[in-house]
Amino acid sequence: MSSPALAAELNLALCHACTAACDITEHPHTCPRCGAPLHVRKPNALARTWAYMIAALVFYIPANLLPVMNTSLFGSGADSTIMSGVIEFWGHGAWDIASIIFIASIAVPATKFVALTLLLVTVQRRSDWARKERAQLYRFVEVIGYWSMLDVIVVALVAALVKFQALGDIEPRPGILFFGLVVVFTMLSAMSFDPRMIWESRIDEERMDETSIP
Amino acid sequence: MVKTDRLIICEHCDCVYEKVTLAKHQKALCQRCGAVLQRYNGMTLQQRLALSLTAAVLWIFANFYPVMSISLQGLSNSATLWDSVVALSNGPITFIALVAAISIIIAPLFQLLLLIWVLTFALAAKRSPAFKLCMRWLETLRPWSMLEVCLLGAMVAVFKLAGMLDVLPGIGLIALAVLSLLIIRIAGRDVRELWEMLP
Repeated sequence: MSSPALAAELNLALCHACTAACDITEHPHTCPRCGAPLHVRKPNALARTWAYMIAALVFYIPANLLPVMNTSLFGSGADSTIMSGVIEFWGHGAWDIASIIFIASIAVPATKFVALTLLLVTVQRRSDWARKERAQLYRFVEVIGYWSMLDVIVVALVAALVKFQALGDIEPRPGILFFGLVVVFTMLSAMSFDPRMIWESRIDEERMDETSIP
Repeated sequence: MVKTDRLIICEHCDCVYEKVTLAKHQKALCQRCGAVLQRYNGMTLQQRLALSLTAAVLWIFANFYPVMSISLQGLSNSATLWDSVVALSNGPITFIALVAAISIIIAPLFQLLLLIWVLTFALAAKRSPAFKLCMRWLETLRPWSMLEVCLLGAMVAVFKLAGMLDVLPGIGLIALAVLSLLIIRIAGRDVRELWEMLP
C-alpha cells in the first residue's frame, strides 16, 4: 500500500481546536467550522518548546533542593525535601509509596527533559532516524505530563489536615511552588512542540516553502 | 477542489485519510506514525448527558464533604479540597494555590458545566448558544483537569499520615474516585464528534 497523501500536498490544514480538515486555499486564516486561527504548523514551535523547557529546568533545581514542607510534631520541627520524603518511606519499608512518589516527582520530570531535548535536537537536525519511535515518545511525554502534580496535592492535603498547633503542624515550604512551576512549564513545553516536525525532511521543507501560505 | 468533510488529518504527522465507520472496540491508526485517528465511541448523547449530570452531583460531594479526617490524641480535623488549596495559599507561594485550584476544582467544574450546557441543546439537535466557544474551551481545559492525579495524591496522603496518626477516608474521597473516572470517560477527545452531529 502506498503511503497516504500529506495535508500540505492537498492544500489542507488541521484545525487544532476542532480537528476539522480545512481547505487553506478557501479559508487561509480561520477554521470555517469553529473559527479558531489556522496554522500549518504550531507557531514558533521550536523556540517556544525550548524556552518553556529551559525555564522548567531552572525551576527543577530549587524544586529538588528547597524543602517542600515542614513537619513539627510535639515541638520538634523538620524540613523535608521531595527526596527525603521518598527515603523516609523507603526506610519504613513502604517501598510502593516511595516508588510512586519517586516516579511521579523525580523520574517523570527528568524523563520529560531528556525526551523533549532529544525530540528538539533531532527535529532541528532534520533527522530521519527512528521517526515512528520518536512520534511514540512524544505521545508518551504528553500522557505522563501532569502526573508530577502528585506531590503538590499530597503536600496541600497533608498541610490542610495537620493543624494542631503545638501538638503537630505541617506547613508547605517554597520548594512546592517551584515544583508546581516545573510541572506547568514542562506541560506548556510539550504542548508547544509540533510532532509533525518529526516527519519533515529537507526535501519536504523545500516543497513546503514553495506552496506554503505565510 | 477537495471535499473536506469526509477527510481526517493525522494530528501527529499530517497524513490525510478518509473517515471510516468503526465497529465496537475498533480504532483506526495512522499508517505512518501509529497515532490513533478514530476510536469507536458507543455512547449516545443521552448517556453522556446522564453521566455529566451524575458527575456534577459527585463534584458537589467531592467538594463539600471532607476528603479525609485525622485524629491525634483526642483532637480531630478534616479537610476538603478547598481547605487544601487554602493551605497552599499562605505566604509567598500563593501562585501554586491557584494552579492547584484550577487543576482539581475549577477545570473539572467548568468541563462539567460546559458539557451539560452543550449536551442539553444537542439532545434537541441544536447547537447551544456560544457552541464554538464552549467546544474550544472543552479542548483547552482538558489537559489542566487533573482529578485522577488528585485521587492518587489523596491516597498517598492517607499512607503518609497513617504512620503518625489515625486517618479516616471521607465521603469526599469516594466521590472523588468515581468523579475522576467519569470525567475521563465523558470529557475525552470524543466530545469532538458533536461538531459533526450538529452541522
